[in-house]
Amino acid sequence: MLNFFILILIYTCIYAFMSLGQNLITGYSGMLSLCAAGFFAIGSYTTAILTTKLGWSFWATLPVAAILAALMGVLIGLPTLRLKGDYLAIATLGFAEIVRNIINNWDALTNGPMGIQRIPMITIFGIKISPYQKYGFLLMEVILLFICWFLFERLASSRMGRALEAIREDEIAAKSMGINVTKYKVVSFALGAAVTGIAGCLQAEFTLSVSPGSYVFMVSIMVLCTVVLGGMGNFVAVILGAFIIQFISYLPQLIGLSNIIPAQAKQIIFGLILVIMMIYRPQGILGRKERNNKKAEKAWSENKEVVNEHA
Amino acid sequence: MGSVSLLFQHLMNGLTLGGIYALIALGYTMVYGILKFINFAHGDILMVGAYIGLFTFDALRGTTPLGPWWLVSFFIAMVVSMIGCALLGMIIEKIAYKPLRKGSRLAPLLSAIGVSFILSNGAAWMFGTHSRKFNYPFDNSPISIVGVVITPHQILILVVAIVMMVALKIFVDKTKMGKAMRATSLDGDTAKLMGINSDMIISLTFGIGSALAACGGILISLDYKVYATMGTMVGLKAFVAAVVGGIGNITGAMLGGFLLGLLETFGVAVLGIPQGFKDAIAFAVLILILLVKPEGLLGKVEKEKV
Repeated sequence: MLNFFILILIYTCIYAFMSLGQNLITGYSGMLSLCAAGFFAIGSYTTAILTTKLGWSFWATLPVAAILAALMGVLIGLPTLRLKGDYLAIATLGFAEIVRNIINNWDALTNGPMGIQRIPMITIFGIKISPYQKYGFLLMEVILLFICWFLFERLASSRMGRALEAIREDEIAAKSMGINVTKYKVVSFALGAAVTGIAGCLQAEFTLSVSPGSYVFMVSIMVLCTVVLGGMGNFVAVILGAFIIQFISYLPQLIGLSNIIPAQAKQIIFGLILVIMMIYRPQGILGRKERNNKKAEKAWSENKEVVNEHA
Repeated sequence: MGSVSLLFQHLMNGLTLGGIYALIALGYTMVYGILKFINFAHGDILMVGAYIGLFTFDALRGTTPLGPWWLVSFFIAMVVSMIGCALLGMIIEKIAYKPLRKGSRLAPLLSAIGVSFILSNGAAWMFGTHSRKFNYPFDNSPISIVGVVITPHQILILVVAIVMMVALKIFVDKTKMGKAMRATSLDGDTAKLMGINSDMIISLTFGIGSALAACGGILISLDYKVYATMGTMVGLKAFVAAVVGGIGNITGAMLGGFLLGLLETFGVAVLGIPQGFKDAIAFAVLILILLVKPEGLLGKVEKEKV
């Protein structure tokens, strides 16, 4: 039971990485991306291929995977981000499918549907972090996640974070304020892709094998669900969302009813979560993180009073 | 086989495929025209349509031997499935999209993705994950017409697709309802002021779009298998077709559908693109059109208003 709980936490961390990325893209910049699975796969396969075929260390593959995923993000983002958001959703969905298509068919590099097995374990200062001893792996994940979360939180309260929020609220107004909309969109997309790639590296190291079956559309939906459930535009909330989603998806095994509850049940629940949250609580469980900006708030309320007086 | 007849052969195959894409693309484009939103669940409605058609057909034909009754049952099944899907489309709109009309642009998109997921997994739950095959309504041995080999299925697909499209075009262009639809698409608020019941028109649009998707779903299942996620890829490609033609434009969707069908067939047969990457053609086309002519072939350039 406890073991199982740790497993849920490990997956929570992996999904939390992806939801950080998705949150930056969807929650902050307001772009609907559906290719988390694609970037996830790129990260996993980068680690798998570099460690097994070239004997690289996991830590060396991490930045390569992140950069590769970010490059892919730019590649898909540049043509589509200049257009209305709806196109992005479809283009990214298609992109994720193409990535899966390629890893399924490029036998020489990815070993096709068989996937790659026997990925060497992570070592740090000579200590092996084995996924079988779950605590060590979880600890490493939590540390990495904390670093990522801290960086993203800083980013969100920087000039760029404000620019992204401005773009989300009103693209034309943002543009007329001198914000380079395309640049910020592409950068946020690339950063989101990079952190999703990192999640992929961890996934590869946890299962010690990769196969195309783990990178299906379902993954993208789960990541989207975590962000919507937790609260768009709130990095702590999406980590909470990741935990709830993982808890739901492992609940049948946890209570020992996995034989009775069909596999589709959790997917249907994810679909319901999206619809119901959108109708009843679009801001998510915790809601958007309000920036603590007393000065602006004061100016705003004073301004309102002035307007009211004139009216 | 001469190269000219080979060309006609590919042309025929491309047109049949394109006819199906066009039927489905119409649903996307009609909904986008009125609500400015992409109905992600459209591909899954197609799948539901194929299932309803398949079950109705099996129930109707029963154990009677192959004969004209099969063809009649097939058309009855098609009508039943179209009506069923029209209702389904309207119900989905009422429950999942209508409350979100006033909110952000992201909300209905996310809701639609949720609906799509519920439909495809619900179907996998109810009908199982194995794929089924339509029992052929009639003999499908190819006919050769001046060197071009055509299967009866292809003829059926083309005839049904074209009849549906012509009917839709007449409905939208000539009837009062169609006029109301065009008015709502052009300017929803003004249309409302003119006494048009826009809620009803939106409902109707979803109904017609879903019925056409059901029709497309049945036509696909003549030659391909029926399974819970069959709608995803076809739905995506139909969306690409709608974008190529100019999203929101009905004639454009038809044109885009045929164009995409032809491109895919010729891409594999003439340019030698490997079969495994066939699906990538549509997305390459999408990205290309978004870069070169984002409003599509027949679409109007829309200036965004502040």
